[in-house]
Amino acid sequence: MKLKQLEGLLGGLTQFSNPKVELEQYATGPHIASRMLYTAENSFGDITGKVVADFGCGCGTLAVASALLDAEHVTGIDIDLQSLELAQENADDLELDIDLIQCDIKNLNLKGLLVDTVVMNPPFGTKRNGADMEFLSMGLKAASQAVYSLHKTSTREYIKKAALRNCNALSAEVLCELRYDLPQTYEFHKKKEVDVAVDLWRFVPRARDESTAERHGNKMRP
Amino acid sequence: MRLLTHNFLASNMKGVSTGYPLGLEVVKSTIKEVELNADFLRGILPKLDWRALAAATSAAGYPDLLPAEQPSEAEFFAEGAAEFEDSPIRRLHRALLEIHIDEGTLVCPESGRTFPIQKGVPNMILHEDEVRA
Repeated sequence: MKLKQLEGLLGGLTQFSNPKVELEQYATGPHIASRMLYTAENSFGDITGKVVADFGCGCGTLAVASALLDAEHVTGIDIDLQSLELAQENADDLELDIDLIQCDIKNLNLKGLLVDTVVMNPPFGTKRNGADMEFLSMGLKAASQAVYSLHKTSTREYIKKAALRNCNALSAEVLCELRYDLPQTYEFHKKKEVDVAVDLWRFVPRARDESTAERHGNKMRP
Repeated sequence: MRLLTHNFLASNMKGVSTGYPLGLEVVKSTIKEVELNADFLRGILPKLDWRALAAATSAAGYPDLLPAEQPSEAEFFAEGAAEFEDSPIRRLHRALLEIHIDEGTLVCPESGRTFPIQKGVPNMILHEDEVRA
């Protein structure tokens, strides 16, 4: 699938009608979401034929994008049932099978090495301090291959240090900088559009046991 | 929720050590056919908890779909196995990716805490006093 085609399909998704400020529910726009998943697949082969989980999936944009790029199995996880219902509608509209779990990401417990890739647009932690690192830490525990995440460019140095030191990341790499066009979602946004610079990150988790090491070896084969 | 998800989902309550595998009680399940991807199944086979999958498949109403013990890789990936309706690889594909649990309950194996599945979505939200400190 071409990038433009992916972006077009994501542009047709239904977004939050009443976003919840305490959960920092900002929709992941089609521009950013399409580039994120397209890069994950075309540069690293982390989506097609993989088991993908979308942490804090909201209305399911990244989960849907993964399924559109032929992830073999996609799970969207969110604390908010209304968001999950919206995600289900969005998946149904495009005739995609996506599993959904209602759970607070910080209490999530995913076993084994089944989940290859975690994708997420975490809360930036502006309303609840540390929420972004909580998501990242859980993502690196769940994924056996890679975690793709968006973080404010202004926090780049901090994210890198924290990921490597505290979150079990073997590597942390900024793939590109994107403009996050936040439409005026909440009343406290004074300007009509808030343009925030965000980094698209790729984190590789440390191998958890021998079978992971073996998998990393397998990945290198052509 | 499909059974591949069940194979990696665990309960995370205070006081629980592994919380896995979750018990499954099924009120309603459906089958939705999808295309079989043999390479995917080959890759995922060594990472599955077979007993958990076999038990969940039984609970979903398909007690004869999978054997209790995991067949050998040769049995799964014999030449042309993907073409046969009843081959082990077809059965595995069905168990992992085609059975959808629509209504039912997940049960924490240690605490007995139940997590309802409604409209296909398990609710794993913990109460405040169940969260680890």
